[in-house]
Amino acid sequence: MDSSDDGELDAAFLALADPVRRRIIARLSRGPATVNELAEPFAITKQAVSKHIQVLEQAQLVTRTRDAQRRPVHLNPARLEALTAWIDQYRLVREGQFRSLDAVLETRAARGGTQAKDAS
Amino acid sequence: MSNALTLTVPEGLPFIDFEREFDFPVSEVFRAHKDPGLVAQWLGPRRMTMTIDHYDFRTGGSYRYTHTAPDGSAYRFNGVFHTVRENDLAIQTFEFDGYPDVVSIEFLTFEDLGGGRCRLRARAVYPSMEARDGMAQSGMEGGMSEGYERLEEVLSGAKV
Repeated sequence: MDSSDDGELDAAFLALADPVRRRIIARLSRGPATVNELAEPFAITKQAVSKHIQVLEQAQLVTRTRDAQRRPVHLNPARLEALTAWIDQYRLVREGQFRSLDAVLETRAARGGTQAKDAS
Repeated sequence: MSNALTLTVPEGLPFIDFEREFDFPVSEVFRAHKDPGLVAQWLGPRRMTMTIDHYDFRTGGSYRYTHTAPDGSAYRFNGVFHTVRENDLAIQTFEFDGYPDVVSIEFLTFEDLGGGRCRLRARAVYPSMEARDGMAQSGMEGGMSEGYERLEEVLSGAKV
């Protein structure tokens, strides 16, 4: 990954370092929504929500289409994938590893009870 | 059914933290870290075969092993066990031969939860942010994005 990619990743991570913006992203993962729809669950003004969306837009995490008056907000999956790919990968490997560890422990327990200390 | 893995990748700090509970006594989970014959059965990515050169899980000991992928490519790792305390703590270093000198330090804590259960907590500390992100990216073989449920999980776990 070169340094310009790093800068973009930094912007994306910064944009996500806020609970409201993370909830907006989570909502958009289920489909596009208008600013009004996005503002609904929050006890903050529509203007504040618009600002949050702008931050997400600048970080290229979301895009807005000029669909007449509605201007729905869309998730930009490519950007999110770049962000989460390595974390996902790490998590998958660790999860698999610990399931293997469970299996090893189960085998030992089945073989000689939980105190199978003389197995080796 | 398996216990959930809690993974924390803090922003701006070259750490990775994780936590996992086991429905087995702490002595068994510790033993699965200590006995090379058992370690070879679970450590590392699932599709890799692990070959251990040596693995001496005690204070001042060291290890060296190789993970071999189904396509034959081999990844070698080594490190030293700085502190090992039975059923309690292990502090060890970790180095991938593909990135010499980029050494991380891992702190593993074994915690008895009673009722034959225990919790493993770990913190891996990397020399730089690049090392942390690059290591996870290149040193690990695995599947890619599993869709947005996983994404939500990552987002909610990233900072709560």
